[in-house]
Amino acid sequence: MKLCITAKGESPDAQVEERFGRAPFFIFHDTEQDTYTAEANTFADAAGGVGPRSAQVLIDHGATVLVTGQLGGNARRVLEGAGIEVYQAAAGSTVREAMAAYRENKLNRIL
Amino acid sequence: MKLVVASGKGGTGKSTFSANFALSISRCRDVVLVDCDVEEPNLHLFFSGDMRESDVTVQVPVFDMERCDLCGKCGEFCRYGAIAVLPEKIMFFHDLCHACGGCRIVCPNEAISETERVIGKVWDAPVDEHLRLISGVLNEGEPNGIPVIMAAKEAAEGNDLIIYDSSPGTACPVIETIEGSDYAVLVTESTPFGLHDLKLAAEVVQKLGVPAGVVINRSDGKDDETEAFCREAGLEIHMKIPFDREIARLQSRGDLFSVAMPEWQERFVELYEDICTRTGGAP
Ligand code: SF4
Ligand code: SF4
Repeated sequence: MKLCITAKGESPDAQVEERFGRAPFFIFHDTEQDTYTAEANTFADAAGGVGPRSAQVLIDHGATVLVTGQLGGNARRVLEGAGIEVYQAAAGSTVREAMAAYRENKLNRIL
Repeated sequence: MKLVVASGKGGTGKSTFSANFALSISRCRDVVLVDCDVEEPNLHLFFSGDMRESDVTVQVPVFDMERCDLCGKCGEFCRYGAIAVLPEKIMFFHDLCHACGGCRIVCPNEAISETERVIGKVWDAPVDEHLRLISGVLNEGEPNGIPVIMAAKEAAEGNDLIIYDSSPGTACPVIETIEGSDYAVLVTESTPFGLHDLKLAAEVVQKLGVPAGVVINRSDGKDDETEAFCREAGLEIHMKIPFDREIARLQSRGDLFSVAMPEWQERFVELYEDICTRTGGAP
């Protein structure tokens, strides 16, 4: 299974980014292989449509779960349409911590 | 001749100026006033008259799922995020679509065709024998007002004197409105903010190659800085409308002050003649 976490930096020790569409990095975590791959968000500074376009990146990577801070309405519509589950990470936590919390079922599901 | 009334920001009294200006000139010649502030048109509030309404439509994509193989090219292309290509279907957000037509061109399977969608209206109202008001009205929630501005301007074509009332600011809709005008009247206020916004507006008209002059509204008489800037930028100050209790009282009732104060009507006509001399147009 593939998860996506929005992050302020490229490493699993970077902090989780609150904003979904404007996140500098998407970190994809493959739970079977236990690997982390970071991808820079090319839409972070785009003028419009960042929510749906970022959601498309997740779909293209085959992610089924998203861990982030907050979601805009348009991103929500696409993620919902794609059946991606969305969980809210605790403010200030790192990507690794957020993943651990997800595994322990401690995160709040927001979609 | 085409004149445009613009301002760097809202709240400078630009619409009131446009309405007074157009109405005054219409006492001696035919005028078409076009409200291009399509997100918040308000000139119709000053005038009455039976209006004719017509729809403004744009072409938006429709997807033929028999032909679509979900390759994702359209979604990748759309910079507004209006198309999401999911593993089993396409999601289209009409409220994000700017009707650029690009997705149809990039689709390798000819799965996209176009359909009309109403995004706004044009109101066309004869105010009296010599004044006609055309207003562009963008429907709420629509992302792109440009086609409505174009339709409103188009409806006024063919008339000798057209005055465009632009939306405030310096964004795309303002540029669309100013484009093709022979002269721009920049309405400002004598405050530091007013001057800052006037500079932005002056920069825009200069870039578009439209000659311009300035009207200072609600002037408190302390306009030194604005005057210095205009001198430097080669902008003529055509008129100062003072802070005046009578004007304020008339405006607060929603009246046009030039109607009750005929001396102002004359001054607006003089302003128009002044512009004609500067642009070489016939009054
Ligand atoms: S017409 Fe343009 S803006 Fe609309 S969906 Fe297609 S590519 Fe996007
Ligand atoms: S580009 Fe054409 S074929 Fe590809 S996903 Fe879009 S509509 Fe379908």
